[in-house]
Amino acid sequence: MTRLVLYELLKTFWKKRTYLGFAVVLVIVPVVEVAFKLEGGRFLTVMLRGLARDFYLVGNLFNGWLISFQIMNSLWFHIPLLISFVAGDQLAGEATSGTYRLILTRPTSRSEIFVAKWITTIVYTVLFVAFLAVLSIGLALALLGRGDLLVIGRGTGILILPGQDVAWRFILAYIFAGWSMLTISSISLFFSSFVENAIGPIVATMGVLIVSTVLSVLPVEVLASLRGYLFTSYMDLWLRAFADPISWDRVREAVLVLGGYSAASVLGAWLIFVRKDILS
Amino acid sequence: MVNPDVIVETFALGKRYGTRWAVRDLQLRVHRGDVFGFLGPNGAGKSTTIRMLLSLIRPTTGEVRLFGHPLRGDRRRALASVGGIVEKPDFYAYLSAVRNLEIVGALYGGVKRSRITEVLELVGLEDRASDPVKAYSHGMKQRLGIAQALLADPQLVILDEPTGGLDPQGMKEIRELIIHLSRDRGKTIFLSSHLLYEIEQVATRMAIINQGTMIAQGRVDEMLSQGQYSVHLQAEPREKAESVLRRLRGTVKSFERVNDEFRVSIDRTEIPRLQTALVGAGVRVYAIVPHRSLEDYFLSITEHAGKGTS
Repeated sequence: MTRLVLYELLKTFWKKRTYLGFAVVLVIVPVVEVAFKLEGGRFLTVMLRGLARDFYLVGNLFNGWLISFQIMNSLWFHIPLLISFVAGDQLAGEATSGTYRLILTRPTSRSEIFVAKWITTIVYTVLFVAFLAVLSIGLALALLGRGDLLVIGRGTGILILPGQDVAWRFILAYIFAGWSMLTISSISLFFSSFVENAIGPIVATMGVLIVSTVLSVLPVEVLASLRGYLFTSYMDLWLRAFADPISWDRVREAVLVLGGYSAASVLGAWLIFVRKDILS
Repeated sequence: MVNPDVIVETFALGKRYGTRWAVRDLQLRVHRGDVFGFLGPNGAGKSTTIRMLLSLIRPTTGEVRLFGHPLRGDRRRALASVGGIVEKPDFYAYLSAVRNLEIVGALYGGVKRSRITEVLELVGLEDRASDPVKAYSHGMKQRLGIAQALLADPQLVILDEPTGGLDPQGMKEIRELIIHLSRDRGKTIFLSSHLLYEIEQVATRMAIINQGTMIAQGRVDEMLSQGQYSVHLQAEPREKAESVLRRLRGTVKSFERVNDEFRVSIDRTEIPRLQTALVGAGVRVYAIVPHRSLEDYFLSITEHAGKGTS
């Protein structure tokens, strides 16, 4: 199995498309952070315009932590697209290139091959989220330094977290973000298992994400009971790392729902993959 | 009772898509050491059968046994000594031939680098081993396809239309390789083709499939010796040759003159007598070319089957 995983990793990381997501992050994050640096404290003034009448804010709030937080907040909808680019290619890519015929005619079982591909998908997702974390936090702190973190968000209200209380929250937030992205990659893997082209899983994943997000945020009462079952209602799991105190019950609920979606998607993908006729 | 000499066996094998049967009730038997030709026109069900033999497609009915092991219940042992190409060989185009073969090797539990070099030398790709496959010509990919099929040193090599798209020289090389693998390396070859002369040249046994159904199966020489035999005769002077052919009515069943030669319908055993009579009459014989080919046999048998099913 180790050998299978190594060669699946080789196949994935030898492909140019695998680095597309990394390249996008490598461009966007420095551009945004340098723009923040040039914009200076004006960004904070604009951000706090509505609050300045009621609050008197002191200390260095325009710092690397704030920008790292803003990067996470603004990219959460775009990262799934980049993740599905690779996760959706894991199985459908073999169909597109005709290499199912090369690998599925061997004594190794389809289940073993599937597990190797699943592990590869997890490795890619984790590496991608880790890359985003290291780049965005590292560069932001290098450019703007440290300080207290001002958090304004749904579910957290307005919070100022002291500087020494922030680093571990970012680590936790990125672990949560990784968990959410694993749900996305699992859904992509599911779509990847029954289509014969690599674009299908990306479009399908984004379609599900958009529809589910709309249903999650629409302020319509009849949808209220549905929201608890939609994975997109929990995609902001990372934000819960910045609540004070952290509501571990809500974290547990989100982790379980997202994990349930991941497990169901992977199970579905496996069932389809081991039974499908290879006609490509 | 399992016969160890029969290494591919199918029992009532069938595949249905919707209401259409692509393959139906197929009983194949391939013996150890055979070069087994699997012949049929395009769309006859050859590739569907091969996909079932290699577990790419789940049969709707029946069972496949390879080396006595059921493919469905004991896939690992059934496929342990099988290599193959299904339709055109596709690879990870962005990787080198060596990397592609390493990936295939990993699916057999790993193969040594020396074995990879050996199979690349066998197909004449050792000098291009490090190039990405996307830089390969069609012929090179076809040869790499054979290299991956041989990588795990399988006893059974399944080749689906291995000369497809090749130029005459490439086709000749592949045919020579098949004969080499069979004769010198003791491999059993399962060769599908719609090119009749290809099967005729290399196969020892064959099966003919048409519209998903097996029409005939047996030794190639026995199947070819069935029915009328014909020769193309080139002789001078033609008038004298024609009078000899008329005189031998009975031995010669029929003949016709086509351009510069005669098409003579005659039993194979009577050919020496014809030759003696011609020479004895002072006719210069330039060529007597047997024309009883698999093509005739194939066409007659598939046409007959077509009429039967229409």
